[in-house]
Amino acid sequence: MQLHVLLTRCLAALALVALVGCERPPVESQQTGYRGTGMADIQNPRDPRSADVYPADLEPLPAVGATAGEVYENVQVLGHLTVPEFTRLMTAMTRWVSPEEGCNYCHVVENLASDDVYTKVVSRRMIQMNQAINGEWNAHVGDNGVNCYTCHRGKAVPEYIWFETPATESAMATFAGNRAGQNAPAPEVGLASLPVDPLSTFLESGETANVRVVPKDAFPGDMPGASIQMTEATYSLMMHLSSALDANCTYCHNTASFQNSRRNRSAEHLRLRPIRHWPGSKPTRERRPA
Amino acid sequence: MAQYQNIFTRSQVHGPTDPGVPLYDDSWGRQAEARVSYWLGKIGDAQIGPIYLGFTGVASLICGFIAIEIIGLNMWASVNWDPVQFIRQLPWLALEPPSPEYGLRIPPLNEGGWWLMAGFFLTASIILWWVRMYRRARALGMGTHVAWAFASAIWLYLVLGFIRPVLMGSWGEAVPFGIFPHLDWTAAFSIRYGNLFYNPFHMLSIAFLYGSALLFAMHGGTILAVGRFGGHREIEQITDRGTASERGALFWRWTMGFNATMESIHRWAWWFAVLCPLTGGIGILITGTVVDNWYLWGMEHGLVPPYPEATPAITDPAP
Repeated sequence: MQLHVLLTRCLAALALVALVGCERPPVESQQTGYRGTGMADIQNPRDPRSADVYPADLEPLPAVGATAGEVYENVQVLGHLTVPEFTRLMTAMTRWVSPEEGCNYCHVVENLASDDVYTKVVSRRMIQMNQAINGEWNAHVGDNGVNCYTCHRGKAVPEYIWFETPATESAMATFAGNRAGQNAPAPEVGLASLPVDPLSTFLESGETANVRVVPKDAFPGDMPGASIQMTEATYSLMMHLSSALDANCTYCHNTASFQNSRRNRSAEHLRLRPIRHWPGSKPTRERRPA
Repeated sequence: MAQYQNIFTRSQVHGPTDPGVPLYDDSWGRQAEARVSYWLGKIGDAQIGPIYLGFTGVASLICGFIAIEIIGLNMWASVNWDPVQFIRQLPWLALEPPSPEYGLRIPPLNEGGWWLMAGFFLTASIILWWVRMYRRARALGMGTHVAWAFASAIWLYLVLGFIRPVLMGSWGEAVPFGIFPHLDWTAAFSIRYGNLFYNPFHMLSIAFLYGSALLFAMHGGTILAVGRFGGHREIEQITDRGTASERGALFWRWTMGFNATMESIHRWAWWFAVLCPLTGGIGILITGTVVDNWYLWGMEHGLVPPYPEATPAITDPAP
C-alpha cells in the first residue's frame, strides 16, 4: 500500500475515533434570543436524560372547608391549608419523593399523625425549607419556586447529591505539586481543570466569596479583588450548574456579556429541566449579602 | 522513472553533505557531523546538521531544560509521583502562579515560588534563543527579520507573564503552565474583563492571525501551482524571472486585479505574522490596566450592536 494512502486511512480512522464522544445527530435546536446572538436551546431526543420530565400537576382542588390544622392532629407546618389542598399536597409529595414506597415511607399506617417514623420528621423540616425558599428567596427562584421534585426527582434519596469534594492535594505534595484546589478532572465541574469545589467556596465561605467578578464600569476601579482565580471559581460554579441543568451557557446567558442580566434569559423554564446535580447544599442558611 | 520536480519527488539524490560556510567569530564551532535522513528528505532537505550550538544555544537549552523540569516535576508531584496518573491527567495538570494575596512578593516555593522560578528560566531560555537567532543571522550576513518576528512573539509572552502582572501588582494575573489550565485561564480572563472579543486590539490580532493563514495559503498555493514551470526554484527567478513567476503574477491580476511581487509577498506575510502577537500583546496589556470591561467599553463607543430584548429582563438578586 502506498504511504499516502495508508496515512489517509489512518487519519480517517482517527477522525472516526474522535467522534465517539459525540451524541448522534440530529439535535433539536430552538432559538431563544435575537437572531445572530447564538442563543439556542439544544436538546438531543436520544439523550436518556431528555426523558426525565416533571410529572403532571394534580388537578387543583377548591380551597374550601376546614383547615388541616383543625381536622387532623399534629399538623405543624401545613396546618393553614384546607383539607382538600392538604390531601392534594400529600399525594403530590408521594409522587415527587416516594412513588414506589408510598405513604408508609413517612407515615405509620395505623396513625398518620404519629412522628415515630424518622423520615416524617425529616419531611417536616424539608417542607419548612421549601416554605423558606419560596417565601423569602423569590429573587432567586422567581415565581416558579421549588418543590420536592426539584431535588428528589421521584427518589426518596436524591440520586444526585452534593458532598464536599475530597481534597485533590497529594499527601506528599507539601514541597511541590500544589494543585491549588483545581487541575483535576472533577466530574462536579464538567471535567474541566477549573477549581473542583466551587460549592464550598460560594455556599459555605459566606462573605469573602463573591460570585460576581465582572465590573459594572468600563474602567478600572469598581471590582477590587476580582482576580482571575476568583473568576475561575465562578466559572467552575457555572460549569456545575450547566451540568446540573443539562444546558449550555446560552440557556441563561447571552455570551456577548455574561454579566449583563438585561440580556439574560429569564429562569422561567428552569423547573421544567432535569436538575441532575442540584446541590443539596444548605439553602436554609442565610447568606449575608455580598 | 526518476523525476526531480518538487516536494512530491519520488527519488532523492544523496551526495556528499554540505558543511556550510567557514566560521569566523567563535571557538565553539559546529557540533557533530552532518548526516542524511531519507524521511526528512520527504518533507525538506535530507541533510541534518552540522548544528551550531555556541554559548547562547547551550545556555538556552540548559535554562529551558530547567524550566521544563520544574514544571513537569511539579505536575508529577501533584499526582503523588504516580507515573500512570501523570500520563492520564497530564492535560489537566499545571504549575499555578501565586495566588493574588501575595501580590508581587516572592511566595513560598509550593505556593507559586516554583512558578516564578520556572518562569524565570523559561524567559531566560527564550531570550537566549533570540540572541542566538540574531547572532547566527548576522554571522551569515543575513538580515535579522526572523529574530524580530520571534521578538514579536516574545513580546506577547512577556506581556502575559511579566509586564501586565507587574502593572496589575499581582503575579496571580499571570498564566499557569499547563495544557487545559492555560485554556481555562484564557476563558476566565475574557469573562473577568467583560468579553475580550470587544477589545479592538484583540480584533486586530485575530485579523492578522486569520490573514496570515490566508496569505500562507495563497502564497503556498501559487508557488506549488507554478512548480511545474520551475516556480519553486526561487534563486533562478529572482535573477531571471521566467514564465512561472509571470503566470503566478498574472493569475492574481486576473482573479483579483492586483498582485504582490516575488519580494513583497514575503513582506506581506512577515508583517501579518509579526502584527498578530504585537497587536495581541497591546490588547492584553491594556486589559485591566486601562479598560476593565470591554463589553461596556464597546457600548460607550458604539461597538456593541443594540439587539432588541427577546425576553423580559431579570434583575440581579444581589442588593
